[in-house]
Amino acid sequence: MYGQDAVWCPMNGQVLDFPGGKVAFTPEMRFISGSPVERAHCYRVLDENGQLTMSSKFKQVSEEIAVKMYSDMVTLQTMDAVFYEAQRQGRISFYATTVGEEAINIASAAALTIDDPVFPQYREPGVLLWRGFTLQEFASQCFGNKDDYGKGRQMPIHYGSNKHNYFTVAATIATQIPHAVGAAYSLKMDGKKACVITYFGDGGTSEGDFHAALNFAAVMEVPVIFFCRNNGWAISTPTSDQFRSDGVVVRGSAYGIRSIRVDGNDALAIYTAVNAAREMAISEQRPILIEALTYRVGHHSTSDDSTKYRPVDEIEWWSSARDPVARFRKWIESNGWWCSEDESELRKSARKQMLHAIQVAEKAEKPQVAELFTDVYNVPPSNLCEQEKLLRETMRRHPQDYPPDVPV
Amino acid sequence: MTVREALNSALDEEMSADSKVFLMGEEVGEYQGAYKISKGLLEKYGPERVLDTPITEAGFTGIGVGAAYYGLKPVVEFMTFNFAMQAIDHIINSAAKTNYMSAGQISVPIVFRGPNGAAAGVGAQHSQCYAAWYGSCPGLKVLAPYSSEDARGLLKAAVRDPDPVVFLENELLYGESFPVSAEALDSSFCIPIGKAKIEREGKDVTITAFSKMVGSALKAAEILAKEGISAEIINLRSIRPLDRATINASVRKTNRLVTVEEGFPQHGVGAEICISVIEEIFEYLDAPVERIAGADVPMPYAANLERMALPQVEDIVRAAKRTSYQISLNGFQLLSLIKHIFEVRLRI
Repeated sequence: MYGQDAVWCPMNGQVLDFPGGKVAFTPEMRFISGSPVERAHCYRVLDENGQLTMSSKFKQVSEEIAVKMYSDMVTLQTMDAVFYEAQRQGRISFYATTVGEEAINIASAAALTIDDPVFPQYREPGVLLWRGFTLQEFASQCFGNKDDYGKGRQMPIHYGSNKHNYFTVAATIATQIPHAVGAAYSLKMDGKKACVITYFGDGGTSEGDFHAALNFAAVMEVPVIFFCRNNGWAISTPTSDQFRSDGVVVRGSAYGIRSIRVDGNDALAIYTAVNAAREMAISEQRPILIEALTYRVGHHSTSDDSTKYRPVDEIEWWSSARDPVARFRKWIESNGWWCSEDESELRKSARKQMLHAIQVAEKAEKPQVAELFTDVYNVPPSNLCEQEKLLRETMRRHPQDYPPDVPV
Repeated sequence: MTVREALNSALDEEMSADSKVFLMGEEVGEYQGAYKISKGLLEKYGPERVLDTPITEAGFTGIGVGAAYYGLKPVVEFMTFNFAMQAIDHIINSAAKTNYMSAGQISVPIVFRGPNGAAAGVGAQHSQCYAAWYGSCPGLKVLAPYSSEDARGLLKAAVRDPDPVVFLENELLYGESFPVSAEALDSSFCIPIGKAKIEREGKDVTITAFSKMVGSALKAAEILAKEGISAEIINLRSIRPLDRATINASVRKTNRLVTVEEGFPQHGVGAEICISVIEEIFEYLDAPVERIAGADVPMPYAANLERMALPQVEDIVRAAKRTSYQISLNGFQLLSLIKHIFEVRLRI
């Protein structure tokens, strides 16, 4: 009860009724430690050899789902490899891979439904892939052609698709986190049986938006999953320069949010945790925070060379000993759901499809001049119509000054 | 009807007409708004649609934008637009650009509203006009009502609009009463976005103003009328889109222009109107454009200094006279020149 004075409880010493509950008084002056004796534990199902760890509880996955999860992880790897090469050849301007975080991408997506809106950062294209976004659709965006759902308006990897309930990637760090809370509020108002998921990195948790979003979500009691990919590096900034807390998971309890730390390279642990988080978020109308411990095996983006600031053997160890794709493969193989013939067939076909997709995307027409002016507003105001008219007249008079590949 | 009642009734009617519309901000519910704009709404629509938020402008603005992405129509109240600085990333980078960047996949039907510009005696961090800031950003619509009719019609239009709207109110106008037509009291009433209003017709000089400065311009017009100068007062209503057609038509008639705003002069609304007139109808101008704006200093607190920093009615009167005087002087010069030529010829 708010506003009551302190009451004397002989058994427990003095207790103060304070907003949020009873607070006990203590004669001992003790500061709460800033660093725990033991770090928060990390939930894991599969060990490095793809074997179930003893007594691990997890949500069973059917053969069909497990094989699709694995196939999508391999397709994601292939897509990254081909786009990365294409960028190096100067065919696209920019790219960022998800290498090392394939399990986070695919397993979290597998635990959700298409009704759950996704507010991504930019290292989660696997969620779109899981939802059926085709390699051709990815390629159209990266090449910014007329088939790109973004009409060529954003840098490569800034995907977005209404059909897949996947909100367009914003280049601003962490703005998607409060947006996810707003969308979750919309779900709550409509009484929908769905939850929002938003992804971000360890660096993003330093932004004010992260803190505001967690606080608001707790107060507004909305169904949202905050998924932090703690991959150790924000471009060149290690987490030791980013925060001094025990990672991100401990921030949740400070905001009154139920939280869990999972092994980000263990697809089964991620699948199980997201599945449970979704269930709680929807049935109890509450936010959940998940921190996945992982590693950004690739460079931050094609504008970065991470060997300049981190040891190569660190990268090597994470990409080999802790590879999430190889670990999951071992598990499905031990179940008899996968064999080496399946493997070579999948990799061959994924690469073939990917190469085809970029060839088609590269040849496709670029967006038309008119698309420069549409969607600024729902209906273009007169000054935009005048600008377009002026541009068209100028292009007609000075065609040599304009790129030939822009359809008028 | 006061401007406060006009805003309150507009919100009430739009919330009643569309269950997707909801109000959020600091103190909008239990406290009924820092300036009582949301009076009675919590009781009528409940805490789900009149949402008291924690204190983080960046937080609730981001959350409002996210709710708009996913089908709701939020009205985000800022206690003052000065505090919206913290949230400008979400207003510009998120709200204004997302429809374009998503190629029309994500529309952002949201209204950001609250008092803007100088109040009285609240110092630099509470007294600043953001019309030029938001007015320079494509993707936003920026409205600034003056009267109760403006407040009702423009706020209703803003809530119904599919694009993000920045709605700049003025604290000192909230308590002011204006007559309101029967038409404007109808719940279907709406004022088109992007259209200015001729508040007073005139033939000698055009004066553009918005928000509280419309009142000052009207007072200046009274004084000018007594001195034989007929001023046409344009209430801009919409900063973006700017109604260039109405401004141009007026200047073609009066051949003289004075712009008035409370904001800083550099890169201001007046600067934009001036260049727009020069670009489009330069040949109609008989005198240089006069720009009346706030002083180029952070707002001082002391009442005497604050008065000096804000445009006053007398400043507008003097500017209007200067433009009129220049043309009569030029006429004089022209006459004496002709006379001189004649005299020279006569001597020959």
